[in-house]
Amino acid sequence: MSSWKPLDKMTILSHYYPRIEGPEKVSGIARYTYDLQLPGMLYGGILTSNVAAGKIVKVDTTRAKQVPGVRVVLTDIHPTGTIRFAGEEIAAVAATTPQALEEALRNISVEIEKNAFVVSTEDAMKPTAPRVFADRENVRKPRVREEGDVEDAFRKADVVVEAEFRTATQVHACLEVHGSVVHWEGDELIIYDSTQAVHGVRKDVASFLDISPRKVRTVCVHMGGGFGSKLRGGRYTAIAAKLAKAANAPVKLMLTRRQDFESVGNRPDSIQKIKIGATKDGRLIAMDAVSYGSGGISGGARVRLPHVYKIPNWRYVHHDVYTNAGPARPFRAPGSPQAAFSMDQLMDMVAEKLNMDPLELRLKNDPNPTRQKEWRLGAQKIGWQNRNRKPGSDAGPVKRGIGMAASVWMTGGRDTKAMLRIYPDGHVEVRCGTQDIGTGTRTYVASVTAEELGIPLKKVIPLIGDSDYPYSGASGGSTTAPSVAPAIKNTADKAREALTELISDKLGVDADEIQWKNNSIRVQNKTLSWEEACAFIEDEPIEVHGKWTEGLSSAGVAGVQFAQVAVDTETGQIQVERVVAVHDCGLILNRLTTESQINGGIIQGISYALLEERWMDPTTGTMVNANFQNYKIVGSRETPEIEVILYDEAERGVIGIGEPPTIPTAGAIANAVYNAIGVRLFTLPMTPDRVLEALSQQRS
Amino acid sequence: MNNFKMLRPENFKEYSIAQKTVSGSKLPFAGGTDALDLLKERILQPDYVVNLKRMADLRGIQEEKNHVRIGATTTIAELAGHPVIREKFPGLQQAAESIATPQIRNMGTVGGNLAQRPRCWYFRGETYHCLKKGGGMCYAYVGLNKYHAILGGGPCFIVHPSDLAPMLIALNATVHLLNAEGKRRKLALKDFFQLPAQNLFSETVLQEGEIITHVDVPIPQAGNKNLYIKFKERETADFALVSVALSLNMRGNTVKSGQVVLGGVAPVPWVVKEAESLLNGARLTEALAEKVAQAVVQRAQPLSQNKYKILLTQNIIKRAFRLITEA
Repeated sequence: MSSWKPLDKMTILSHYYPRIEGPEKVSGIARYTYDLQLPGMLYGGILTSNVAAGKIVKVDTTRAKQVPGVRVVLTDIHPTGTIRFAGEEIAAVAATTPQALEEALRNISVEIEKNAFVVSTEDAMKPTAPRVFADRENVRKPRVREEGDVEDAFRKADVVVEAEFRTATQVHACLEVHGSVVHWEGDELIIYDSTQAVHGVRKDVASFLDISPRKVRTVCVHMGGGFGSKLRGGRYTAIAAKLAKAANAPVKLMLTRRQDFESVGNRPDSIQKIKIGATKDGRLIAMDAVSYGSGGISGGARVRLPHVYKIPNWRYVHHDVYTNAGPARPFRAPGSPQAAFSMDQLMDMVAEKLNMDPLELRLKNDPNPTRQKEWRLGAQKIGWQNRNRKPGSDAGPVKRGIGMAASVWMTGGRDTKAMLRIYPDGHVEVRCGTQDIGTGTRTYVASVTAEELGIPLKKVIPLIGDSDYPYSGASGGSTTAPSVAPAIKNTADKAREALTELISDKLGVDADEIQWKNNSIRVQNKTLSWEEACAFIEDEPIEVHGKWTEGLSSAGVAGVQFAQVAVDTETGQIQVERVVAVHDCGLILNRLTTESQINGGIIQGISYALLEERWMDPTTGTMVNANFQNYKIVGSRETPEIEVILYDEAERGVIGIGEPPTIPTAGAIANAVYNAIGVRLFTLPMTPDRVLEALSQQRS
Repeated sequence: MNNFKMLRPENFKEYSIAQKTVSGSKLPFAGGTDALDLLKERILQPDYVVNLKRMADLRGIQEEKNHVRIGATTTIAELAGHPVIREKFPGLQQAAESIATPQIRNMGTVGGNLAQRPRCWYFRGETYHCLKKGGGMCYAYVGLNKYHAILGGGPCFIVHPSDLAPMLIALNATVHLLNAEGKRRKLALKDFFQLPAQNLFSETVLQEGEIITHVDVPIPQAGNKNLYIKFKERETADFALVSVALSLNMRGNTVKSGQVVLGGVAPVPWVVKEAESLLNGARLTEALAEKVAQAVVQRAQPLSQNKYKILLTQNIIKRAFRLITEA
């Protein structure tokens, strides 16, 4: 088994260093898929349905084809002709300018035989609701999971708390919309895609087009956000490829902002009814949970229950509910922020009923030794001891409170390959078919190489984001770092061995007489610099291949967050003032980008807690807030002081941290709100109207 | 957006000539922060876009003997930063600074802010053929109306989005207009706006081809206090859920006269008429604030999802009185 060198020997890894493409990004030089212009490129676009349910009867493209500049109009892009949500593809156009494209799309007339539809989860659950799929009920058969004897445990419980929680549908809202620029070279397809998975897109699009994946190459150099919504190949890419084939020209097809909101993923809503039983000394013994949620025309609304805390007897029954809305896709820790919102509030409710410190209750029921330490550390940093002991007791209209919640994420990584070349001038090129979704992957591909070879970061040229490079999986599930970093280390180790062998050949010495020091090589009582060593390479660079190996990564992280809020009881506004986040991810490859990841997760969590909500119009079945004015995302004024504490566990190797920091934020804020005002919010987002409503109910 | 032609008059005379000689629908365009959205969503599809920014007479702030004149294409940022505004009308400065983002304040204009169209998500969505666009129903009335009117609504329930208008009305501003024939007229800013019941299709009395040239704001008498509070769901950048413009002429702790105007709650900047009689000669106390707040909400008719605005409006009014007392 391989292992990393000790922390105190590391000169780059586990330190703070900026991401290497930072200057390109902040100066606008970095080119995203949206920015690409190929010679002769056409603009592609899709006409999507603004009807929520129905049957396509007729698509008339006569007028569209007459628009000057239109090159191709396709009408056979919908697989079945049955529309189940507003946002489904009906026709596509490629034209020489964006203006001609828009004009043509508007001049396609579509006749749809409308059907009844339902867009709200609660409405869809009613027996009289229109069916989303004719052959199936809207409420799908439950998935039941159970451990222990739940009924018996509740009989033995000294206290029982019960509540119903609701969370809203959240949309990924990536700053760069989904889309591709495609280009055929003979029968080979090149896709420039805004994606989290260059290899996955190659496979998926090849399958959509019924061609060999060998004939497809996907490239993604920079991408503007995915959060789980760009893990697969898009139908829009296949449509772009068909347009490009028909037009015999490259096509750029980026979805509109509205289409991005409607059709390429969301975090499903949830209705969670949960009952918890505990003993009077504060041990959780029973949970009975039922949840409903809608991933639109897909499933995937399950909440990740039970969350964190050990409960010996539990039952969880989940029903996916179909609605006439766009399908769910994985969204940064699927099912988990919902679970922290409900479960960590229930923890505080149990604590209150037992008259116990919520921190103490958690320490009693949290089986994870790392989190035990993190709870204590976080509590100390936020000043838990100085909290408002009696909820709602602050004088004046603005009241402050502190709350906490837990994080957990279980994945590790594997299955990545890499190729490395050492050039005679000392430059090192690393190729790996992973991609950087903004997390700093490109930077650690370089830094792991530099660390292992003992050379400066700037000597390494990391090449990623291309499906022609050695295989790596999708950047999802927080799997990227534990998949990629070990493969890079393994490849760098092999490169060092190869260089050693070369030098030993050239100098006629045994390989074991060549010793690698930091920044230099000792051989025959001489010290060679890296450049001198590389000079032994003649024309062709050294080329080695490596892969993920055991022992350099692990699976599973803990994590806790504490939030301090100020609630204005006259306006219902919640201001998050401070967040203390304690997270672990094994060996930290780069403290700066890791902290950035955690900051980002928390900000997205605050946005989920306070603002984000997809609104579906009951009359038309369309999304009314498919824009950045009305789909509200937090900005600078909603961003608090964030204190990130990285809990080092270098001995565990590399573990991902993309998802864990967004999990506990909403739960911690909800508990802080209760601590501030003495009223519990059971619905997300906690907007001013809901806070005022809750306060009014308490008064009456 | 549709294809259109651009007209670029340099002065009032050229503006009139353009209006008279060129036939077809025309959209006045200054900062573009609203007009571009309307064009992109095809809420408006004009034959001509008339760029007003080249007309030098429309821009700038001038202090006259009894009033301050604010040109229509003066930007929101210029308004917020002008020394005379900061000195005489803190409420106007507060209103200007509460608008959108620095980028939008640098582009958006005073005239555009007054003449902007409502932000109702049905009005702004091309696919909703609502009453305001000549359709047969108000989608908000039966649908999603969290951000809609609690006062003065019906048959359409938009709220007026302007932040400057409530404050300017509270300060007794007069708006000056120039029509297509080159004729001018002026009216009290409060009479510039009209309810959907009066005219479903236009929030203002502006006629086709008529533009705002400037706004005159009387210099407040000694003892005047004014302020503007805007409550936004998202502090970073948002329209008002509720806003309050307050202007009180004080003698000691007694209100000689005053005006309370609300934003975000009605299809027009909502002048609280009941406030005048309650305020005249009253002492500035919490009880007075309570009375004004009560008077407003007695007339409120909430929809299915905006009942919270009643309590919010009361609380914001009381907060405004509290802050003006401390000021």
